[in-house]
Amino acid sequence: MKKTFAALVAAAITATAAPAMAELVVPNLSYRTGPYAANGIPYADGFADYMTLLNERDGGIGGEKVVVPECETAYNTEKGVECYEATKSDGALVYNPLSTGITYQLIPKVTADHHVLYTPGYGRTSAANGKVFEWVFNYPANYWDGASIIVKYLAEKAGGSLSGKKIALVYHNSAYGKEPIRTLEELAKKEGYELELLPVDHPGQEQKSQWLQIRRNKPDYVIMYGWGVMNQVAIQEAVNIKYPMENFVGIWWSGSENDVAPAGDKANGYTTISFHGTGADYPVYDDMKKFVIDAGKGAGAGDQVGTMLYSRGMYAAMIISEAIRTAQTMHGAAAVSPEQVRDGFENLNLTEERLTELGLPGFAQPITATCADHGGPGSGMLFSWDAAGKKWNAASDWIQSDGELIDALVAEDSAAFAAETNTAERCN
Amino acid sequence: MPDQLLFALEVTANGLMAGVMYSLVALGFVLIFKASGIFNYSQGVLALFAALTLVGIQEGQVPFAHLINAVTGLHVTEFGWKVPALLAILLTALVMVGLAIIIEKLVLKHLVNQEPIILFMATIGMAYFLEGFGDVMWGADIKTLDVGLPQGINETLESVTDKALGYGFFVDNLDIVATVVAVMLVTALTLFSQYSKQGRALRAVADDHQAALSVGISLRFIWVLVWSIAGFVALVAGIMWGSKSGVQFSLSLIALKALPVLMLGGFTSIPGAIVGGLIIGVGEKLFEFFAGPLIGGATENWFAYVLALVFLVFRPQGLFGEKIIERV
Repeated sequence: MKKTFAALVAAAITATAAPAMAELVVPNLSYRTGPYAANGIPYADGFADYMTLLNERDGGIGGEKVVVPECETAYNTEKGVECYEATKSDGALVYNPLSTGITYQLIPKVTADHHVLYTPGYGRTSAANGKVFEWVFNYPANYWDGASIIVKYLAEKAGGSLSGKKIALVYHNSAYGKEPIRTLEELAKKEGYELELLPVDHPGQEQKSQWLQIRRNKPDYVIMYGWGVMNQVAIQEAVNIKYPMENFVGIWWSGSENDVAPAGDKANGYTTISFHGTGADYPVYDDMKKFVIDAGKGAGAGDQVGTMLYSRGMYAAMIISEAIRTAQTMHGAAAVSPEQVRDGFENLNLTEERLTELGLPGFAQPITATCADHGGPGSGMLFSWDAAGKKWNAASDWIQSDGELIDALVAEDSAAFAAETNTAERCN
Repeated sequence: MPDQLLFALEVTANGLMAGVMYSLVALGFVLIFKASGIFNYSQGVLALFAALTLVGIQEGQVPFAHLINAVTGLHVTEFGWKVPALLAILLTALVMVGLAIIIEKLVLKHLVNQEPIILFMATIGMAYFLEGFGDVMWGADIKTLDVGLPQGINETLESVTDKALGYGFFVDNLDIVATVVAVMLVTALTLFSQYSKQGRALRAVADDHQAALSVGISLRFIWVLVWSIAGFVALVAGIMWGSKSGVQFSLSLIALKALPVLMLGGFTSIPGAIVGGLIIGVGEKLFEFFAGPLIGGATENWFAYVLALVFLVFRPQGLFGEKIIERV
């Protein structure tokens, strides 16, 4: 009996032991349970599947296998921090927690511990300033870029000007949801539109008040910064009041197949912005099918492949792997350290040619990162929901955010952070 | 009529409808508390579990498909048939009865005569277990629930109010259906408890456990009965809320909307759950309408609790709750 117990303990220790130091450890702080699981699952699957593809097809990155220990956060900030603490001593290189709340808690920790925090399209927007945020990267676009791109798109839709128009912002009443307010207010001064703010409390299952206001005030356009059930209810309420779907635009976290599904055919025309392509037509999916899905090595059931959030998880994994590859080339070592990976992120040069080599032509915009620029090109593309075809169709070309305005806002916010935390500027 | 007054009337009408939706959730809490003194923390999760099961049965989904596939290497997801909505609802109701029997056998039976806090803690455990079990059984993706309920603006009402008042009111068809269902449900529950043998037994247990036992009423049967009815009420709430947002794990959070209703209406009164829901629904919507723009909006969640607390100051047992008198 004792022997059996000892064997079990030994097996358990072996199963949970830290990965060998030569492996590239990229923890996946995911959420497959809780109220936001429906969004967390495809993202986590896309992330894990891309890393599995690299392992199965290429033998890892630069000959080193990638290990992706998964830790469940349930989109809970405390659990996210616990996951970080539990995995950081296992040789972790990069964290990507898919939560703005967790990101804010991890920024001081990764700065002290020297780990890279990669938050594409979420987290602290002013982390785009590498002079202040040495360990945080959020390229290719941030919340403020998103707001600016949506406004540009709407201006184009309105015939070139938004002067005299009304725009309502329906937002998650949290740090994340409030992010675009300042940008939209500044843009309102510039473009001449009237901005109406409509906060929705977590989780957002009841939004009657907000949509009655929209029905009364008849804004020309509605922008949404929501997450989880808030998105589905908002789209359903917009359908209920017969708000024109093509004038309703969501940020990238309000634009997945999950969000439009409950409203069915009536969600047709709902528009969202994204900083990457979607759909399973990219050549990389041939390999994904062969080496991962059909081989039974997929992280999920394989039914999410090519969806918007799966694509986003895959995008994050692709950027991280390219940054690691850059670090390996720069330092001439396959087993890189977190500091070297930071260098890789700061010197990432993702070209269109490289994206084509990766089987992702036109999937994203090229990125040329620098020590100071952790924010990337700040561009995005609009997609419109085709309810009959159950797919997102491109509704615009790549649109560049208002760099002049966003850069100034980033500089202001990061300077405030630097003053508050006594952070000396770098990259000078 | 001034525009502001018309809008306020529209908000009031929608507040009443929203209140009915809250009441549907609160009813489940009241039923269990009334019969057994247990504050059932898992009532929101019961609604989620019921809705998940309903969609699963309706869509012919294979339960535990992920688990089966992972263990056997198969790729089964669906049986390949669809079940009509009404039959699926009946089958789900049976599942909820089965769940009530299991809960009684595995949990409640072992906790007879324990302190209420112990039973409350047990329902917390049940909530987490059921949430995980529902996930493993049916998957965590968002499911579209369609049992044929109408949704969207009621055009007749819009047209009538437009002609009469010059402004067409918005009222959601789903909310109207929810109101009708809630009225039917409360009537049926009242008739059941007043005129059926089991209903009278249930009331006897609610009044005095010991006395009920002494006249031969089976406490275990009553518990199964009341948990089955609460499961059915949870199914109704799950259908109404799930039709709006899709069936997903955040559905369990609708319980948060029921708490101020219970505080206000009282934990032991079925009419209290309805009236409490209506007061909370109208109160939070009107406050958001008048005060929201002045203080930044998003007031509904916290205002509902403030309103309930104000009522508690004057009637600690809630509007319809039983007054507790302890004599020394």
